[in-house]
Amino acid sequence: MTRHVVATVEQIPPGERMLVTVQGREIGIFNIGGEYFAIGNRCPHNGASLCKGRIVGLVEAAEPGSYRFSRNGELVRCPWHGWEFDLRTGKSWCEPDRTRVRSYETRVETGGALEGPLKADTFPVSVEKQYVVVEV
Amino acid sequence: MSIVDMDGRQDGRYKLQVIDCDIHPAMTSWREIHPFLEKRWIEHLTTYGSHLRHAFSEALSHPRMSPDAARGDAYPQQGGPPGSSLELMRRQHLDPNGVEIGMLIPLRWNPGSQRNLDFGVALTRAMNSWQVEHWVRQEPRLRASVLVAQEDTPGAVAEIEARGGDPSFTQILILPRTDEPLGRRRYWPIFEAAVRNRLPITVHVGGTNGHPSTGGGWSSYYMEEHNMVAQAMQAVVTSLVFEGVFERFPTLRVVIMEGGLGWIPSLCARMDKHWRRMRSEVPHLRRPPSEYVREQVWFTTQPMEEPGSSAALIDLFDRIGWDRLLFATDYPHWDFDDPRTAFKANLTETQRAQLLHGNARKFYGLDG
Repeated sequence: MTRHVVATVEQIPPGERMLVTVQGREIGIFNIGGEYFAIGNRCPHNGASLCKGRIVGLVEAAEPGSYRFSRNGELVRCPWHGWEFDLRTGKSWCEPDRTRVRSYETRVETGGALEGPLKADTFPVSVEKQYVVVEV
Repeated sequence: MSIVDMDGRQDGRYKLQVIDCDIHPAMTSWREIHPFLEKRWIEHLTTYGSHLRHAFSEALSHPRMSPDAARGDAYPQQGGPPGSSLELMRRQHLDPNGVEIGMLIPLRWNPGSQRNLDFGVALTRAMNSWQVEHWVRQEPRLRASVLVAQEDTPGAVAEIEARGGDPSFTQILILPRTDEPLGRRRYWPIFEAAVRNRLPITVHVGGTNGHPSTGGGWSSYYMEEHNMVAQAMQAVVTSLVFEGVFERFPTLRVVIMEGGLGWIPSLCARMDKHWRRMRSEVPHLRRPPSEYVREQVWFTTQPMEEPGSSAALIDLFDRIGWDRLLFATDYPHWDFDDPRTAFKANLTETQRAQLLHGNARKFYGLDG
């Protein structure tokens, strides 16, 4: 696993997402209320770009006529067929074991703490700023 | 690291070759059709608007999963509804998906469902010209469909005759849930004109035309309506068979578009069974119903069935007939089928080529 600096924290505010390519892989970086999550961009169902999907919450019902809405902003719906994927795990809601998208570890680090060859390809990394780092 | 755009993606593994039998073009606004519409009808449109045979004229009977039933990634940057930008259609669909030929299926403002029959006929003329000028002349990969106002049979026939000699058009488009079941004799002049002009009749799902959205009445959910389009298509096939349309017009070819596939073998088996018992009620059928379907009806593949195993899907194709299946994507609608991933089955390259372009090439006579 190698760590890659993919963005500054300001580039992906809460509720937003950014599509990046790391080592040839397209990865969507999502900010859910200050936490960063990363999933592969290709929908495992038919290949659409998940990063273009709507970010939604989870609606469930214990019985007909009731509903429970939770986890606001923690799922992405594929822009084509509407499959819901959990941004925390990459699992689809309907077929969590069979249809899932790869998820990647992310963390936020300050430039000063980043060591060795770790740097972003497209922008200089400065000591005082905070960066989103993804493990691929 | 870079920001990437999936729209322009190319697949380097093999060259895709596709004939897409179902692409939905849209108008940016009504104004786009004004150059093709007589002044009298522009004034009508401005004063009274479109009046379909159901409530809420500008709306659909059930809200779709997404606005305009569109893919979330198909909105042109410059505005306008999905399907209204030829540039985006090329960049997002025709080019990366290897579309050699794409069939246009305009659905909005459904001329066949207009209450004002004269306006409906005028709208077919205008929308047919719009397809040619706005799309086919701009993009040689595209082909138009002859829209007809089927409830005004003479008007529909006149429009078929007017377009029949124009190679821009490959088929005649009718939406199901017509005023009466489609096989009824009031519609036979349309079939006669289709045969005369060597154009297939294509029935594409769309709208309810004032009928309940399911055979059991109005449903609560879009998901119900979306499943029950298969019922509407079964009603079309059943009516065409039992009214004797295929017997009367043995060279008529019908395409059932976007109606699903799994029900076809089951319906054919049921019709055959009942024919053996009650044949005397319909003596004009001289053969088992399934034979008419097998010989005169084709089906587009989208929305592709996903029965969960390769064997189940291949068995379904075996039962329907591999040569009856025409590939379609439904671009830019939300239930788009990607030619790379739509068939969840282990197909040979020959089978894949037959489905993706071979059958359609033969059916529409596109060999040049």
